[in-house]
Amino acid sequence: MAILRTENLTYIYGEGTPFQKTAVDNVTLEIQKGEIIGVIGHTGSGKSTLIQHFNGLLKPTSGKVFFNGVDIWAGKKVLPDLRFKVGLVFQYPEYQIFEETVYKDIAYGPSNMKLDKDEIKRCVTETADILGITSDMLNRSPFELSGGQKRRVAIAGVMAMRPEVLILDEPTAGLDPRGRYTILELIKKYNKTTGCTVLIVSHSMEDMAEYAQRIIVMNQSGLFCFDKTADVFARSEEISQMGLDVPQITKVFNELKKSGIVFDDEIYTVRYAKEKILEYISRRDGTGLCSKI
Amino acid sequence: MSDESIISAQELRFSYGSPDDGKIVLDEVLKGININIRSGEFVAVLGHNGSGKSTFAKHTNAILTPSSGKIYVIGIDTKDENRIFDIRQNVGMVFQNPDNQIVAAIVEEDVAFALENIGIPSDEMRKRVDEALKTVNMYEYREHSPHKLSGGQKQRITIAGIIAMRPKCIVLDEPTAMLDPAGRRDVIETIKMLNRQYGITVVLITHYMDEAAKTDRVIVMDSGTVILDDIPSQVFSNVELLKKIGLNVPQVTELVYELNKCGLNLDSHIITEEECVNALKTILKEE
Amino acid sequence: MLKDITIGQYFPGNSIIHRLDARFKIIITIIFIIMLFVADGFASIIIGVIFMIMSYILTRIPVKLMFKSLRPVIPILFFTAVLNVFFYEGDVIFHLWFIKITDEGVKNASFMLIRVISLIVGSSILTYTTSPVALTDAIERLMSPLKKFKFPVHEIAMMMTIALRFIPTLIEETDKIISAQKARGADFENGNLKQRISAVIPVIIPLFVSAFKRAEELAIAMECRCYHGGEGRTRLRKSQIKISDFTALACSIAFLAGIITTDYLLK
Repeated sequence: MAILRTENLTYIYGEGTPFQKTAVDNVTLEIQKGEIIGVIGHTGSGKSTLIQHFNGLLKPTSGKVFFNGVDIWAGKKVLPDLRFKVGLVFQYPEYQIFEETVYKDIAYGPSNMKLDKDEIKRCVTETADILGITSDMLNRSPFELSGGQKRRVAIAGVMAMRPEVLILDEPTAGLDPRGRYTILELIKKYNKTTGCTVLIVSHSMEDMAEYAQRIIVMNQSGLFCFDKTADVFARSEEISQMGLDVPQITKVFNELKKSGIVFDDEIYTVRYAKEKILEYISRRDGTGLCSKI
Repeated sequence: MSDESIISAQELRFSYGSPDDGKIVLDEVLKGININIRSGEFVAVLGHNGSGKSTFAKHTNAILTPSSGKIYVIGIDTKDENRIFDIRQNVGMVFQNPDNQIVAAIVEEDVAFALENIGIPSDEMRKRVDEALKTVNMYEYREHSPHKLSGGQKQRITIAGIIAMRPKCIVLDEPTAMLDPAGRRDVIETIKMLNRQYGITVVLITHYMDEAAKTDRVIVMDSGTVILDDIPSQVFSNVELLKKIGLNVPQVTELVYELNKCGLNLDSHIITEEECVNALKTILKEE
Repeated sequence: MLKDITIGQYFPGNSIIHRLDARFKIIITIIFIIMLFVADGFASIIIGVIFMIMSYILTRIPVKLMFKSLRPVIPILFFTAVLNVFFYEGDVIFHLWFIKITDEGVKNASFMLIRVISLIVGSSILTYTTSPVALTDAIERLMSPLKKFKFPVHEIAMMMTIALRFIPTLIEETDKIISAQKARGADFENGNLKQRISAVIPVIIPLFVSAFKRAEELAIAMECRCYHGGEGRTRLRKSQIKISDFTALACSIAFLAGIITTDYLLK
């Protein structure tokens, strides 16, 4: 059974006013347990509005959202505890930090869940462990940390609630290359160790190529496609026309295809490109070039 | 490009003092930097957070002054307080977050802000504001409220506010870090145009390797020193070094590097898609 | 909600009123307020109302908008009017149990209603037709004689400008922080007073932290753009006083004179 499912989800801002705007238009999709899913789309494509439906922050104008098969808006209020089961990390989450120590800030979510003290402690230390937050750091003021560290603490604050689905809105925005790499690797590690479903909203197709198993592409409020990463990259020309940035590697291989050099697979990462080119050459020459791939 | 020096840092050192246990602990952020930027250049500065690049940027505008060593901006020592406005008029700065740079609630008022400060007469000001807004392609938004614009549009407004001063040089500190791809493209195009068409010297501090690859010269900083300073294709051919200090290279450069490690013989100075496509075509087609 | 209130909002336009110099509009508004307070009879206050209606027609702003901006204050108006009706002695025109309504009460209540509504409509005409920027500018210029007494006129005006620019940004930011804390299980709707107050802390602290960061960055950006206080500053907007400004001012003074004469004659 899908962990999250939407059915003809539509959301209209400012209904009945002159500023009325359909932000999400009739989106139906299913998200399976344990995957890392990329969500891409240009600004204003509806991707941010879409994800705020998954934990009940927004109520659909029409259509339904199901969590583990249960309609989250079946009652008058949103399903109790849904916010803890679907964790949402907003853009620049370091701006939500407020406690005196890193420990207390990470514990804010779990203590809202009314867990007992030991349980809270376990939640915090386990999460800190996964994210490489040292016990020394836990006792410091979050406001003394560097930008990248603050970001990690803020993300930990949501992870510590042990959600079944974790949604991150542009978790790497504004970080330097090393910071971006660190955050994405930690998210991947978190997904592996906890089996938690992860959705990453991103502008970077390059990052999604590395980390996402499947990608949701939003375009002009509608769902453009939701497919395996390779299948999404097979439509890179269309995606590039939406104003999104396609990785350099994809562009190079699209050009090669045009001039008659065709590979049997979609190539969108440097690692895979290298492998495929070496394979191509050794097949052609019959020699095993560089066996140490 | 002329020989006129716009920014010249000589053994520039800078330390932040922070109190610790009642004593002042000095943290040296810039450790003797020598950089000379000439009129008309388009220079990118790369480095991870904390490498000292933003501190350097603040020296070009006399927001910070050296602890030791010298920095001359358009020939003026930035420690000369009498000429501080000459420096700031000639070297404008754009920062990361456009929201925190826009002062006025109306676009054209904001673009006029610097001109108002330096006492330009109203008629002349009107002309310059309109011109600046047209240059960055935001003239039709002149009477809008900035908070309703997109990030890329806002950043172009801040650029207009700088070029209205008619500076010789613009220093941009990660101007695209908070923008989406479309906004990034617009801003980079605008900056490039200012350099190519108007001859304005540009210093672009960035985390994006593809932006740096399009400039004339790349300076790489690491822990307060300049470690590379050359044309982009030369700088990016140092794949190992750049990765070691937490930076990236363009994907095509990385691919070429990886292939060469496996015995292929491609030009290691490839930084654009076009060069890469051509190189791959040759090796994949040859029989 | 907050953004539905139209009092104090600006509706761009190009009417005669829109084009009047903001300083004159402020002065005229003050004269209008004086009119309302010196008028002490129906005959004289009607003159003020006529002045107001004429000005409103000239703004070419739909009347609907004006009603919309009055709507939130209707309950307060109604309440005060009702109180007025009861608490005046006079000839009783209606009596039921302890409720008695006198003719004086009705008169006073309606007079007060006219006065308060006119006050709101009149000052709304100022804000509807003058951009906040022009308004701040005008206040700065009107207050500039105070500089002689070391009154920080420029600084106050600059603070107002920056506040105008950042209020929408901070409102947006507050919304974002509230959503982020809700996602961490914060509950702003339930609980007793104490719980509700402590629920606000996770919103207030981040808001302050970010506001300080913004202030710091803005200060540096302003310095980079050669800001050094009000000294030697010029303005983009020229203050050009037109004949129409004086005509409007003369007009308002004439109406004020009319009111005073009417009151005098009726006494």
